Amino acid sequence: MAKRDLRSLWADTPRLLVLGFLALLLLMPYIWMISASVKPLDELFRASLNLWPERFYGVENYRQVFSQIPVFGYLWNGVVVCAGILFFQLLFAVPAAYALAKLNFPGRDLVLGLVMLGLLVPPHVPALPLYVAFSKMGLLNTYAALILPFTISVFAIFLFRQFFKALPDELVHAARLDGIGEFEIVWRVILPNAWPAATAFAIFSVVAHWNDLFWPLIVIEGQARATPALGVLYFRSDEAGDDFAALMAAAVIMTLPLVLAFLLAQRRFVEGIATTGLKG
Amino acid sequence: MQGISIRSVSRHFGSVKALDNVSLDVAAGEFVALVGPSGCGKSTLMRIVAGIESADAGSLSIGSRDVSALRAAERNVAMVFQNYALYPHLTVSENIAVPLAMRRLSALERLPLIGHMMPGLSQKRAAIATDVLQAAQSLGLDALLDRKPGQLSGGQRQRVALARAIVRHPDAFLMDEPLSNLDAALRVQTRREIVEIHRRVGAATLYVTHDQSEALTMADRVAVMQAGQILQVSSPEAIYHDPQDIRVATFIGSPRINLISAAADAAGHVHIAGKLSGLHATPGPVTIAIRPENLRIESNGIPCVAEGIEFLGESLLLHARHSAGNEAFIIRLPPEMPRPHDGEVIHLAFEAKHALLFDQNGKRLAPSKHSAQNQELTLA
Amino acid sequence: MPEAMSAAAPASFEARPLRLARGEALVGLLLSLPAGVAYFLMLLLPSLATILLAFTDYELGALEWGWIGAANFEEMLEDRGFAVALRNTVIYVGFVTPLSILLGLGAALLIEAGIRGRALFRAVFFLPVVSLTVAMAAAWQYLLHPTIGPLNAFLRLLGVASPPFWLSSSDWVLLSLGAIGTWENIGYNMVLFLAGLSAIPRELYHAAEVDGTKTWLDRFRLVTWPMLGPTTLFVLTITMIRSIRVFDTVAVLTQGGPNKASEVLLHTMYKEGFTFLRLGYSAAITLVFLMMVLGLVWLQTKALDKRVHYG
Repeated sequence: MAKRDLRSLWADTPRLLVLGFLALLLLMPYIWMISASVKPLDELFRASLNLWPERFYGVENYRQVFSQIPVFGYLWNGVVVCAGILFFQLLFAVPAAYALAKLNFPGRDLVLGLVMLGLLVPPHVPALPLYVAFSKMGLLNTYAALILPFTISVFAIFLFRQFFKALPDELVHAARLDGIGEFEIVWRVILPNAWPAATAFAIFSVVAHWNDLFWPLIVIEGQARATPALGVLYFRSDEAGDDFAALMAAAVIMTLPLVLAFLLAQRRFVEGIATTGLKG
Repeated sequence: MQGISIRSVSRHFGSVKALDNVSLDVAAGEFVALVGPSGCGKSTLMRIVAGIESADAGSLSIGSRDVSALRAAERNVAMVFQNYALYPHLTVSENIAVPLAMRRLSALERLPLIGHMMPGLSQKRAAIATDVLQAAQSLGLDALLDRKPGQLSGGQRQRVALARAIVRHPDAFLMDEPLSNLDAALRVQTRREIVEIHRRVGAATLYVTHDQSEALTMADRVAVMQAGQILQVSSPEAIYHDPQDIRVATFIGSPRINLISAAADAAGHVHIAGKLSGLHATPGPVTIAIRPENLRIESNGIPCVAEGIEFLGESLLLHARHSAGNEAFIIRLPPEMPRPHDGEVIHLAFEAKHALLFDQNGKRLAPSKHSAQNQELTLA
Repeated sequence: MPEAMSAAAPASFEARPLRLARGEALVGLLLSLPAGVAYFLMLLLPSLATILLAFTDYELGALEWGWIGAANFEEMLEDRGFAVALRNTVIYVGFVTPLSILLGLGAALLIEAGIRGRALFRAVFFLPVVSLTVAMAAAWQYLLHPTIGPLNAFLRLLGVASPPFWLSSSDWVLLSLGAIGTWENIGYNMVLFLAGLSAIPRELYHAAEVDGTKTWLDRFRLVTWPMLGPTTLFVLTITMIRSIRVFDTVAVLTQGGPNKASEVLLHTMYKEGFTFLRLGYSAAITLVFLMMVLGLVWLQTKALDKRVHYG
C-alpha cells in the first residue's frame, strides 16, 4: 500500500502543480483584497507588492467601514430578502409541483406549458412594467418591491415536479389510505421526502438573490432597504471614493457571510448548484 | 505454459483481504468458471488478470508471457463486461473495430484529418473492415452494423460485446457475469452460444459468475471462491459429487445440501444423535453432508417430523426436522410418492456412498475402508 | 345498443371513480392556484406588457403616450449606442464562453484525475460563484487599478514601462471585463463538468484499456469527450446565456465607459429605462435581448441535440 501511494505522489506532482497554479491565479482578487484591507492608505498608494502590511491598519479600516455604513442593516436586509423570497418560492412552487406531478386535473398540460415557457424568460424581461406598477402603487424602497417579483419561480416548480415524479405513487396512495387529507399530504408526506431537492434549490435561490444587483438597483434608493450588493456600491461611490483600503474592508465584510456558509457546507453547495445547473 | 497462469496473487483493500494468495491455471483452449457469492473477490481477480486493477503480490502470465508488469493494452486479453461497456456514440461496426484500430493503427493514423493523409491507411482500414464483418457475421450481427448500441436489445448488445472480444483473436478471454443482465429464457440460450464461441475461438477463457448453474453447465472446470480464497478447482461433476470443503458442498447445489452433526467414537464408528450410523471416520466430531436427492423415506432411519411440501413439477421437496437433533432437512422425492402430512413422523435413510464426511475444520474426510460400498445405512 | 348498455350500467360503478376524479381535479386546481396567481401577476402579465410597451413611446412621468408601431426598432438600427452595445455583448460572450468552458473542463479533468486535493481545489475554483459580485468587482478594480493596482506594479517589475489602464482604456476595458467574467464562470462550469464526468460509467474506461488504448489522449478521445457531449452542449448554452446577461461588473466598474467601449445590452436597457426613463425604447431592447436568449435555446434543442445524445 505504502509503496503504491509514494509512487503515485510522484506521478501526481504535475497535476498538483498545474491545479495549484490555476488556483493561485483564481485566488488573486481575494488575496489582494484581504491584503489591502489591512494596509494603511499611504502604503496602498506606494503600490508595493508586499502582501503583509508594514504598518497593520486593519482595525482602523474595518472600524471605518462599521462607523460609516450600516453594515448590519445591509446584511439584515439581505437575509430578510433572501428568506422572504425563498419562503414564498417554496410556498407557491411545492404544492403546484405536487399537483403537476401526481394529480390529474383539467388544464394540467396548459399549466405545464406555461411553466416551460416561463423557464425561457429571463427575469429582466418583466422588469420594466413591474417597476412602473410598483412605482404607481408606492411600493418602491420596500421589502415588498424586492421580494414580490421573485415569489414565483417556474424553475422551482420544474425542479420539484421532476423530483416528485420520481417519488413512488404508492407513497401518496398509502397516505390517502391512512386518511391524510390531500392538502396535508403536500406538507406531511411530500415535502419531508423532498429535502434533497429543497436544499439544492434553497442554495441556488439564496446565491442568486444575495448576489443580485440588477433588481435592487432599480427599486431601491437610499440605505434603509439596501441589500449587501447595493451597500458595497454606495460605499464605493459615496464614502470611500479612492479609499481602497476601506473599500476592500467593506468588500471582505459583505462577501464573508455567504463564503463562510459555503465553506461550512461545501458538498451541499456544489451538489446544489450541480443539480440546479440547468438554470443560468 | 499457454493460457492463463495466476501465481500467489494477493490484494488488500485497506485491512480487507480481497484476494488471499490465489493461484489458478487456465490451459489454452480451456473454459474455467470462477463461481462464488458476491464480494468473494472473483471480480477483483478477473480485473487483475485483465490489467484494470493491480495486485499487491504475486505474478501472472498469459500466453506464456509474464504480464505482471504490463498494462491492460499490452496483455492481449479480451473482456466482456457485465453491462457490456459498449461505446454509446459509436455504431456496432465501429465498436467492434475499436480494438483493431487501437492495435493496428498508429496514434497519428487515428487522428481525424491528418490520419487520412498517411500512406497505406486505406489498406489497413479495409483489412479492419473485413475482420469486423467476419466477426459480426459469426454472431449474426450483419444487419445491425450501422445501429448505435442504444437502439439494440439487451441480447443484441451482448453479441456486440462478444464480437468486440473475439475480433482480434486474444490470448485470453475474460467474461464478467456476461449473462446477468439478460432475462431467464435468453440466458439459457446464450449459455450455449458462448460455449460454442469458446470452442471456435479456442482461447483460454475465464468466466466469472455468481450463478452456479452457469458454472456447472458451461465450464470444463469450476473454481469455487469464497472470502478471497479458491476452495476447489475441479470438473463440474467432481465439484458437485466430490466437494473437498464443506463450504463448496453447501454453496453448490440447489436446494442446499443437508448437514447432520455427528461424532466418531474412539473405534471410528460415527454416531448420529447418539445412535450408530454405520459410517466410519477418524475419532472426533464430524459433519455428514447428503444431497436432497440421496435421502429416502424408509421404515427405519433418522426419525424426523414432516414440515411441508413444495411441488416443483418434476419432483417434490419435502421439508422435515430431525426429531432429536433439531436439524432441518430437505428431501427431493419423485412427485408420485405418497405425501406425508405435516407433523407426521418419517424416517430418513441414505446409502453410505452418498454420505460426505467433513471434519471440524470443514475439510473432507477420506471415505473410510470400513464402510462397505453399497451398504444401506440405517440407525441401529 | 351502446346507449342502453351504458344507461343500464350500475350507478355505483361510475359514481365512485367520478367523484374521486372530481375531488382530485379540485385539489389539483387549488394547489396550483397560488403559483398560478403569482405567475400571472409577476411574470406573464408584465412580460406581455413589455412586448406591448416596445411598440409605444411611453416615458415614465409623461402625460401622453401612444402607439408608434416599430419605430423603436427602427431607432435601434440608427442608434450607434445600441449597435456598440450589441457588438460589445457579442464580443464579451465570444470571449467568456470558450475560455471559461476550456478552463472549467481543464480544472474538472485535473481534479477528477487524482484523489489528492479534490475537495480543496473544487472549493477554490467554486469560490467566485458564491462571492458577492459587486464586492469582487471592487476587488478587481483595485487589482487592475492603473497606478496603485498590484497587477500593474507586477508588470512594471517585469519591465513593462507603461502597463495598460485596464478598466479605463477603451482598448482594454472589454478584455478586462471578459477576464473577470471568465473568472466568475470557471467554477460554475467546472461543477457541471465534474457532474458529467462522474456520470461516465467506469466500465467504459476499463473496456477502453482492454481494447488497447495506451495514452490518456486515446481514452479522452474514445470515451471522455464523446460521453461529455450532452454536458458540453448544455454548458455551452448556459454559459452563453449567463454571459449575455452581463450587467453587474459593467454597472459597478465602467458604467459602459470609456466612451461606450464597454456598453453592453442589459446596461443600455437599464440606462434607457431607469436613467432616461424611456420605457418604450428600453422595452424594445429587452425584446432583442429575449430573442437572443430564445435563439440560443432553440439552437441547443434543434441544431445540436441530435448529435450528442446517443439513443
